[in-house]
Amino acid sequence: MTAVDDRATAASSADGGPRMEVGNARRRKEDAHLLTGRTTWTDNMTLPGMLHLAILRSPMAHAKITRIDASEAKSRPGVIAVFTGQDFAETQGDIPCAWPVTADMVNPGHPSLAVTQVNHVGEAVAVIVARDKAAAQDALEAVDIDYEQLPAVLDMEAALAEGADLVHPNTTSNKSYTWVFESGAAGTGQPIDDVLNAAEVTLKRRFIQQRLIPAFMEPRSTVVQPVGEGFTMWSSTQVPHILRTMLALTVGVPEHKVRVIAPDVGGGFGGKLQVTPEEVICALVARKLGKSVKYTESRSESVMSAHHGRDQIQDITITARRDGTVTGLDVHLLANMGAYLRLVSPGIPVLGAFMFNSIYKFDAYRFTCDGVFTTKTPTDAYRGAGRPEATFAIERIMDELAAELDMDPMELRRKNWIRHEEFPFTTVSGMTYDSGNYEAATDKALSLLGWDELIAEQARRRASKDPVQLGLGISTFTEMCGLAPSRVLGALSYVAGGWENAAIRVLATGKVEVITGVSGHGQGHETAWSQIVADQLGVPFEDIEVIHGDTQSAPKGMDTYGSRSLVVGGIAVVKAAEKVVEKARAIAAHMLEANPDDLDFAGGNFSVKGSPGNSKSIQDVAFATFTAHDLPDGIEPSIDSDATFDPANFSFPHGTHLCAIEVDTETGRATIRKYVCVDDIGEVINPLIVEGQVHGGLAQGIAQALYEEAVYDAEGNLTTGSFVDYLVPSAADLPSFITDRTVSASTTNPLGVKGVGEAGTIASTPAVVNAVVNALRPYGVNDIQMPCTPERIWRALSEGAEKSSPAAAGTVAHGGASTSSSDGSDAAEGGRL
Amino acid sequence: MTQVSVTVDGVVYTDEVEARTLLVHYLRERLGKVGTVVGCDTSNCGSCTVLLGGMSVKSCSVLAVQANGSEVTTIEGLAAADGTLHPVQQAFYDSHALQCGFCTPGMVMASCDLLAENPNPSEQEVREGIEGNLCRCTGYQNIVKAIQAAGRAMSGTATSSTATSNTEAVRA
Repeated sequence: MTAVDDRATAASSADGGPRMEVGNARRRKEDAHLLTGRTTWTDNMTLPGMLHLAILRSPMAHAKITRIDASEAKSRPGVIAVFTGQDFAETQGDIPCAWPVTADMVNPGHPSLAVTQVNHVGEAVAVIVARDKAAAQDALEAVDIDYEQLPAVLDMEAALAEGADLVHPNTTSNKSYTWVFESGAAGTGQPIDDVLNAAEVTLKRRFIQQRLIPAFMEPRSTVVQPVGEGFTMWSSTQVPHILRTMLALTVGVPEHKVRVIAPDVGGGFGGKLQVTPEEVICALVARKLGKSVKYTESRSESVMSAHHGRDQIQDITITARRDGTVTGLDVHLLANMGAYLRLVSPGIPVLGAFMFNSIYKFDAYRFTCDGVFTTKTPTDAYRGAGRPEATFAIERIMDELAAELDMDPMELRRKNWIRHEEFPFTTVSGMTYDSGNYEAATDKALSLLGWDELIAEQARRRASKDPVQLGLGISTFTEMCGLAPSRVLGALSYVAGGWENAAIRVLATGKVEVITGVSGHGQGHETAWSQIVADQLGVPFEDIEVIHGDTQSAPKGMDTYGSRSLVVGGIAVVKAAEKVVEKARAIAAHMLEANPDDLDFAGGNFSVKGSPGNSKSIQDVAFATFTAHDLPDGIEPSIDSDATFDPANFSFPHGTHLCAIEVDTETGRATIRKYVCVDDIGEVINPLIVEGQVHGGLAQGIAQALYEEAVYDAEGNLTTGSFVDYLVPSAADLPSFITDRTVSASTTNPLGVKGVGEAGTIASTPAVVNAVVNALRPYGVNDIQMPCTPERIWRALSEGAEKSSPAAAGTVAHGGASTSSSDGSDAAEGGRL
Repeated sequence: MTQVSVTVDGVVYTDEVEARTLLVHYLRERLGKVGTVVGCDTSNCGSCTVLLGGMSVKSCSVLAVQANGSEVTTIEGLAAADGTLHPVQQAFYDSHALQCGFCTPGMVMASCDLLAENPNPSEQEVREGIEGNLCRCTGYQNIVKAIQAAGRAMSGTATSSTATSNTEAVRA
């Protein structure tokens, strides 16, 4: 059982000392250089003799390359060389996929530069090397390529049909894999078919997760400098360590000859969790010419060639008893891989497999996912990565079930969620949630929103047929964070572990260096890690330097994604600090002429129990260790330590998000009136940083609900190919959020933390869409396909009124002119239809 | 090639440039003023915003030759010579109005212009005033707060320190 606020602060529980830094809203150490333009973005770099690359990209979604003539391009002013896929066919290898989710998964291979065929618009086909960037770009037009066009493969269902055109000639189907989980077989619940067959109420819905573009603000950039047999790469990446290992394997350079540096990195959101064709191309060209090179993408190149996110068709069946008790959940996904499998493409939907059942107690559960190839940009991680999709589906269908049963949607949730006294709780998907209090978060959120008053206002507006209707939306969510226990990753066929590493060096002057294997790009690790170490070692916040993002100076790590930095990397820091204290204790005992077991360590001081005046600071110990003139026999002259931490379990943040939205029934415009979230992320290291993470996460989740969609036309052209057409919301498109927290500390790590990087994104999307649908349900509408644009809302209203057809179909997002309707016209079997 | 003479962050530079050279490329590639960044190629993101003759411009939408004879202030020249942050920079720091920091140079410069026109903007005026500057990290809430705080600080109407009000806003 966990209660709210039932736990002492992490710092005091860890070392018994006074609470000093953890929990403080410290301003960030990272900010000074960012605020004054003294930045180290990769594109800021200039190396002696550096050459500049421009990449020619396919204008075709699907075509054979029948001829390339680069001779004119080579003669253009300033051009040093031009390379095509043929030039690197033997050396470029394939972009690595680290997650073969099934033994029979089909991976057709992914050349960095296309050799014989292009499979999506924006695929790299040639690279110009020139003395300056403008010269390289000028020469792009001079490369002459003949393409033999092939049919675009855009719609996932059509792609899987018998006789469909194949994306890849070396495959027999456009299906990459089918991944299945079933609770009866897994022993985590009843057989799904038994429960489905016995259902009193069965509800089916199809939801569309539209394709999204991560849209980090810093375009990707890579600099490569040949060094001896190997090279140093600076890249705008979230994952320097993974990149180093994978580059070594891909281009055939020994790992110890590759150094990767992630300098200042301008956002990632999963979009820079990748080994990119552009990075491989830079390495190949730099090695071929023996010269340093730089490539920086334009935004237009970024949106069509950096990986996309989401893009699933979700067929969801939920069963329940007539009293509202849910019984079974059957999920079938079509997950669009795009043209190729990149680093973790196939695993992204599988990460959601354990979250569709969410906070609810189901008897049986089945999850089936088909990974499908199309001639679109590859998909991979985008903030939340599998869990936003799961949360959306379950929270949307809970609202639909409530409508079906004529129940209050919150009452339906309360009836089915795990009660706080039931933790730890093992779910029907086999996850053991350690702690949580859904009642407390929900009660706080309802109060902050003013739920009852808004319900009364909604009733008034409905009664008066106000053209502006009010909708209230709920999302009571959980997520799995802290990727990941290595054994679990092994069981899921991921090729690496999920541990994290940290090291702490205490310098002669008592200053402290913390080396972390996570690689921040906006998260504030330098600040938060300093707070943790300040408390653990009792040294001033200002005396701590955090070193990260360079495989030479921070050699060991698994990097930053999946809300793992604090929950895994932060715990590694704690473990390293504990080792420092234990090593220092032996030396302090010698200095104090006491038994190590008789020493207390608090506030940075070792003191003899019962004799607090007799003490040595950790800085005293550090200096004594540095001089090493008088250490105990057999003790090494170092208190530096490192630790590698592998979590025993995921962490499970949760919360309740509520959205009140005004929908103008005459124009279709939806405007958020009030947004409240109460998140339970366990203990908090820095509330200022947490707030920022929640705000940004909300913006991205709300953007999926209302604004963003990567759209392809019937020929497979990305029509949202720049920031003109892909709507990243501005300040004027978003409200201020009301945020609050409850604290159910994690019981599986010493800080009691759970992770916060993705919570806002995962939770907010269904809250907003539920609110829009709630506003329009009296008009016969029970779904709006995302993003809920004024046009789609207006069409849903028109169709709902005329035909009782409750849905708004898509525009052209799923296969050109064909639309994937998310309507519920075949929905109810045993309901009230 | 055309000769331009531009004063950037208080220093006069005279260079020969191609007529097509954008101001942002001149700043970054010729002058080494890499604090000003490029985030898009369609003038949507605002990351490259600088002050040209005291007015904010997206420096990707101005030719270097158009800046001839003008004064340009970039993020690198905004703080005082002794390193004291400009009130907008200070407010961004106090309010945690940046995360990755890539949009920050443009956002700060646009905010300076906004506050020059309207020293005490409402939340909605701020939101509409920075509509041309995109941020993917912060959800804008703390940016809005920072700009309003900077406006109060610059017009001497600050009632309490930014830090205090901000701490209160963050519920522990």
